[in-house]
Amino acid sequence: MTVATDIAATGFESTDKVRASLARRHAAEKRFRLIGLVAILLGLGFVAILFASILAKGLPAFWQSNIRLTINLDPAIIKISPPPQQQEGQSNAAHQAELLAWRGELASLNWGRLIENALIAELPSDAAQRRRDVSRLVTSGERFKLRDLVAANPNLIGSTVDVDLLADANVDVWVKGNIDRTLPDAQLPLNPVQRNYVAVLQEKGLLVQRFASGLFVNVDSRSSLASAGLAGAFIGSLYMMLIVIVLAVPVGVAAAVYLEEFATKNRLTDLIEININNLAAVPSIVFGLLGAAVFINWLRLPLSAPLVGGLVLTLMTLPTIIIATRATLRAIPPSIRQAAIGLGASRVQTITHHLLPLAIPGILTGAIIGVAQALGETAPLLLIGMSAFVASVPVTPLDQSTALPVQIYLWQGNELRNFFEARTSAAIIVLLALMVMLNGLAIFLRRRFEKRW
Amino acid sequence: MLDPSKFLADPSAVNVAAAAQSEVALGDPKVIARDVNVWYGDKQGLKSVSIDIRSRSVTAFIGPSGCGKSTFLRCFNRMNDTIEGARVDGTILLDGRSIYDPDLDVVELRARVGMVFQKPNPFPKSIYENIAYGPRIHGLARNKSDLAQIVETSLQKAGLWDEVKDRLNDPGTGLSGGQQQRLCIARAIAVSPEVILMDEPCSALDPIATARIEELIDELRANYTIIIVTHSMQQAARVSQRTAFFHLGVLVEEGPTETIFTNPSDKRTLDYITGRFG
Repeated sequence: MTVATDIAATGFESTDKVRASLARRHAAEKRFRLIGLVAILLGLGFVAILFASILAKGLPAFWQSNIRLTINLDPAIIKISPPPQQQEGQSNAAHQAELLAWRGELASLNWGRLIENALIAELPSDAAQRRRDVSRLVTSGERFKLRDLVAANPNLIGSTVDVDLLADANVDVWVKGNIDRTLPDAQLPLNPVQRNYVAVLQEKGLLVQRFASGLFVNVDSRSSLASAGLAGAFIGSLYMMLIVIVLAVPVGVAAAVYLEEFATKNRLTDLIEININNLAAVPSIVFGLLGAAVFINWLRLPLSAPLVGGLVLTLMTLPTIIIATRATLRAIPPSIRQAAIGLGASRVQTITHHLLPLAIPGILTGAIIGVAQALGETAPLLLIGMSAFVASVPVTPLDQSTALPVQIYLWQGNELRNFFEARTSAAIIVLLALMVMLNGLAIFLRRRFEKRW
Repeated sequence: MLDPSKFLADPSAVNVAAAAQSEVALGDPKVIARDVNVWYGDKQGLKSVSIDIRSRSVTAFIGPSGCGKSTFLRCFNRMNDTIEGARVDGTILLDGRSIYDPDLDVVELRARVGMVFQKPNPFPKSIYENIAYGPRIHGLARNKSDLAQIVETSLQKAGLWDEVKDRLNDPGTGLSGGQQQRLCIARAIAVSPEVILMDEPCSALDPIATARIEELIDELRANYTIIIVTHSMQQAARVSQRTAFFHLGVLVEEGPTETIFTNPSDKRTLDYITGRFG
């Protein structure tokens, strides 16, 4: 056998070996791909289930039962003199005081009775004797709607107005079928008489579903559940977001630039780097404890204030922004730095003219994701008193307020489950929509500022 | 003008070019380096290097990879300062004045000693902005038309004007590799430096673009002191008047280019130029 055939023979042999192993390798590849595909499908499936369940539960809450009533603004019930006019020679302050007294008087009138009367006019004749049952068909907060109507236009007294008034939460639950109707009477929120009235109103076409604008314009309520809304929580969250953006973004970017471009690499900066990375993984409730200790106990800032919430969330967001900014700065090719420095640009010029403009997309993405994360954070806010029931829209960041995720948490625990289950999901939808918008903004800005090199 | 003989690796071409260059009167020393040592951490990258760089001429630094030629080049505009852990000692004089003089700001030094890098690195901005940036930060232009004039002159000197004059607002990164490198040279010229450092300026370019840059270097020699680091001995022979050979952090030999390539005095130089190592 010559050397040449020897080599040829071993060549054939190894080809056979390769062929034999091919089937195994292809099978392994297929398995690997299949596992990946299954993982993705599972993930997508869970997300789909989550969204479907939230949307299915929450979307109906955006429409709410209203009762259309013709209300007679009876002067016999609204016994009030015409609003005071400013007399000649009367000081503004005196006039304001008079006006305030008039408004106070207006508020103390029995507006509920007007609604009862209007309902009784539509209901069977026995309703006049069952005012208690009748009054509970419309949610209690709606009487203020009438008061505001008259306060805005006192000439309405004596006339009749057509208004849509929010039905009581229990009526809404009953109409939407969110309760088992076969339950014994004792367990149903509406008694047989009220159920009959609801049926009558439905028959007359007076019970209509309207867009639940109250969800967006009203504050939280415990006495008039049907009109509980997100306005206070929304504004509170907005204030906190603004504080986070104003504080965390500049501080985070400045810290990242310093660490990345100025600081010399030594033990101290290594330690700082490790700590920043670890800080990003600290459970958020710990930041809440820190906030309670420092901002509330030590600095004596007010409880439940968006300012404190914003400060706590700033602390929580800082590591995210610092890490994102540093990663972006590090990803800029060193050739850009060299080019600028070689031309005689100072360090600050190199950073402001070249590095930061190139880093903007990354910084924005990091900042917006950090802010979105802060927006959805609940735990730290519980510890600084933002889980309190607050029935007003905060005017300044120092006023008491709650936040969107905290509001969701509070509603989720409300006793009137049948009503608030849907309302909670609706609030989650609002929060998610806000998140999607923020992320959309991040993507948009990224595209807008992205430059290739 | 492209001269085909410049592409030939054949030694007779080198001799012709070198002979022509020997007639060129070389200027006075522009840069003087004495006992320059560079450490990267504990590792010494450059060992006691001394050299005189003549003005209005091209000096080539050659040598195998890791011999310290780029390290030495980066001493002249103190780019080593920006490298973490790098330490330089020794004396480097520019026009008789130490570049580490506390009165000489490093920014001023880098305005006087420009640099062109291995990989073309235009800013991700327009062609115009690339050139205008240097004059702008150094306040070299009094007004807009002044600046436009500087941009035009620089591009003309770099031989790029005719190719880009109609698209000055296009991104500089959209040009071809050779054009980008000429853009970088124009950018360096725009701040009117006295010395231009070139760190393997053609290693990322094709032969045509390389020839164009070499031609440009030859033209620039009239006004600037040029130091070029190159891996290509042919390139050193084609463009330089003086050549310095580095090996293992030591300056082995320095002299007129034709002497180095035809009659080196050190055996290591001979081995390197004849291709025995490197």
